[in-house]
Amino acid sequence: MELMTAPSIAEQPTPKAKSSSGCLRPHIEVENLNLYIQNNHILKNINLAIPDKSITCIIGPSGCGKTTLLRTFNRLHDGSVDVKITGKLFVDCEDIYAKDTEVTHIRKKMGLLAQRPCSLPMSIIDNVVYGPRIHGVRGKRKLYAIARHQLNAVGLWEEVKDRLKSPASKLSIGQQQRLCLARGLAVEPEIILGDEATSALDPISSKTIEELFLSIKDKYTIVLVTHTLRQAKRIADYVAFMYMGELIEFGTADQVFNHPKHKLTKEYISGGFS
Amino acid sequence: MKKLEEKIFKILMIGSTVLILSILLYILYVIMKKGLPSLSWDMISKIPSGGFYLGKEGGILNAIMGSLYLIFFSVVISLMISVPVVMYLNFTLRRKSKLAAFARLTFDVLFGIPSIVYGAFGFTVMIYFGLQASLLGGIIAISLLIIPVMIRSIDEVAILIPNDLVEATKSLGATNYETIKVITRQLLPGISTAVLLSVGRGIGDAATVLFTAGYTDSIPTSLTQPTASLPLAIFFQLSSPVEEVQNRAYAAALVLTIIILTLSFAARYFSRRLSKNKI
Amino acid sequence: MLKGRLLKDRIARHYMLLATIFSIFILFLIGGGLLVKSLPIMQEKSLWTLLTTSNWRPFKGDFGFASYILSTLYVTAIAIAIALPLSLLTSIYIIEYASPRILRAFTAVVDLLSGIPPVIYGVWGTLTIVPFISEKLAPHFVEFSTGYSVLAGGIVLAIMIIPLIISILIEVFSAVPKEMREASLSLGATKWQTVKKVVIRKSIPGIVAATVLAISRAFGETIAVLMVCGNFTDLPKSIFDACYPIPALIANNYGEMMSVPRYESALMFAAFLLFFIIVLFNVISRLVLIQIDKRYQL
Repeated sequence: MELMTAPSIAEQPTPKAKSSSGCLRPHIEVENLNLYIQNNHILKNINLAIPDKSITCIIGPSGCGKTTLLRTFNRLHDGSVDVKITGKLFVDCEDIYAKDTEVTHIRKKMGLLAQRPCSLPMSIIDNVVYGPRIHGVRGKRKLYAIARHQLNAVGLWEEVKDRLKSPASKLSIGQQQRLCLARGLAVEPEIILGDEATSALDPISSKTIEELFLSIKDKYTIVLVTHTLRQAKRIADYVAFMYMGELIEFGTADQVFNHPKHKLTKEYISGGFS
Repeated sequence: MKKLEEKIFKILMIGSTVLILSILLYILYVIMKKGLPSLSWDMISKIPSGGFYLGKEGGILNAIMGSLYLIFFSVVISLMISVPVVMYLNFTLRRKSKLAAFARLTFDVLFGIPSIVYGAFGFTVMIYFGLQASLLGGIIAISLLIIPVMIRSIDEVAILIPNDLVEATKSLGATNYETIKVITRQLLPGISTAVLLSVGRGIGDAATVLFTAGYTDSIPTSLTQPTASLPLAIFFQLSSPVEEVQNRAYAAALVLTIIILTLSFAARYFSRRLSKNKI
Repeated sequence: MLKGRLLKDRIARHYMLLATIFSIFILFLIGGGLLVKSLPIMQEKSLWTLLTTSNWRPFKGDFGFASYILSTLYVTAIAIAIALPLSLLTSIYIIEYASPRILRAFTAVVDLLSGIPPVIYGVWGTLTIVPFISEKLAPHFVEFSTGYSVLAGGIVLAIMIIPLIISILIEVFSAVPKEMREASLSLGATKWQTVKKVVIRKSIPGIVAATVLAISRAFGETIAVLMVCGNFTDLPKSIFDACYPIPALIANNYGEMMSVPRYESALMFAAFLLFFIIVLFNVISRLVLIQIDKRYQL
């Protein structure tokens, strides 16, 4: 297994070998990724390998580009006219930024949990089964089973089982975020992306979401942008530290938090700047 | 299958956009083509003389001035009502007040009432007060028409003013009236836009002036005289059998269109200056 | 010093309250005034006769509004049937698919053109639509048509209300949060699926509101329709026949109003009818919107 040596001091751990398609790369692999917004160089030469079935937290001061990077993973920048992206991004060995790559099947592999829970304008159950329906799953009973399973997985089933048909917007914000997670899980992704997924929630709901992530990390590759070091310390297996659009350091949580290699990392970890 | 659906709709969407754009531009083109040949300096600077309706000398100055008079006074009256109303709703009453909600509902309904109803009502008012078809009658009808337009337009901007600003002035010991004076200064661009929109609505409307303002060849010198107006000038002259006269209708149409387009440009410019987020 | 300021404040408050009460009162004044003026004819003939017969012979005292009401409905229906789909398609395209530059240019055009007075549309209608129907379109379907017809009225009205609907829809669609679209896309939906199932769904209240406003405008539009509809009382048998919507009726006959007894009252009744229908329509749609909001909380 070859290690990707990046221009910066970042060091990649040995990724676990992928079984299914004979793909030998890590689940997500970023290669020389550069992103420009209207000629501003926002992401500078990112090289990063996200390990399988674990939680990777991307940390860094605000404005460093972590959300921008996360959104390149499922090509959410596609709609923006001002954004230019060069480089390669491999998901399951497929370069998603190669010309003419079909995007919906890639997005299906990933579930996105945004900062503010965004429930779709429909009932609770319709929210959960929205994804499967889009991809062709039919049959009331089948969909109901999917909804029940996922709502159970996020611990929401008991709370909503009697009002599945009521509008999702009536739920509390913590419940909505769990609903969004259930919705994301319903399409059976392999990867879960979280963009400061708990920052809008109260501490108890945040804790619930964190525990959910911990409970499912053996089945999914999870990449989280976290706004607090404490959250990263609580749940991360791997940590990527970004600063001013560059990837400064990458390693296991233990490595980065306890034995940071880069000066900037050291400063950030000890609360020097934010 | 899904791809096909998307493709079909995309074609329909682009087609419909192109269709609408072309029709709107075509309208402008036709008006220009028909109106430009008959547009002359005489046309806009003279009133109709003796044989005007038979195709001889004269112009549409009576209609131009008439419309200007009508809209000017209507805007003044309307401002005197609309601005206080919006100020009252937004900065004197509490935001959640029931009166305010009811008032806004009423204004929304008034906004949707067609101009002919305002014309018919204006006519009733005139009869009641014993007025003849006159400048004053037209002013009454047009004012009633544009009050809801103005209120709505100013309200849209007034609502955006954050509560903290109002509270800050009040906590400095200003009376409600003084606070409002300060805020009005801030709202001037919004008020200008509202005025422009109202002028656009009022100056081109035929149904309000049909019963109430009468029609005449001369420029009115007092409020009780009847007055011509551009929309009616267009309408009446178009129905003439004399081709010359019809052509003048087109010229009048062009003049009216130019006035409206200028106003629209100005309104857009002002409203752009106001809000950064406008498309 | 303070006394003066307080006095000014008091006066201002009273003036503002007065202005507000007056403005609210306008609605009731109009309704009441027109109703009072319609009473004579309503007392003479039953409401039923007025609304359902189509005998219109003012000099004989016959006032049956049925064909006028039907003409109005006919023309409005055609206008909406043309305008609504086109406006929806265009607005969706402009917001969801077109580049920001096209969006800006298009909104500019729509804004400018939504201010063009109805009489101009009427002129254009007589110049282009009427001959088109008479010479090119109608011969395929009927024996003869002057072009002044229900269809002409419908088309001209449709073109008039399209900018109105589009400008509202553009605002409505823009108001759908970006995150909602992204949530749908992130689940693997295509753009079109997102538009269908999320954007449009979320915008339903706005679409309803736009339609209501458009119908109100079309219903009461006078001069543009008057110039192209033919002003012929008999009930139109096809869309190529002439018609006579209520606003045109009022506008055309106001001059003769005073000469015949009950004529004025009849026309005021027509105006009241317009007023009543539109106000009722507005209020009902508002209630519908409140219900939608409560049930679905979009």
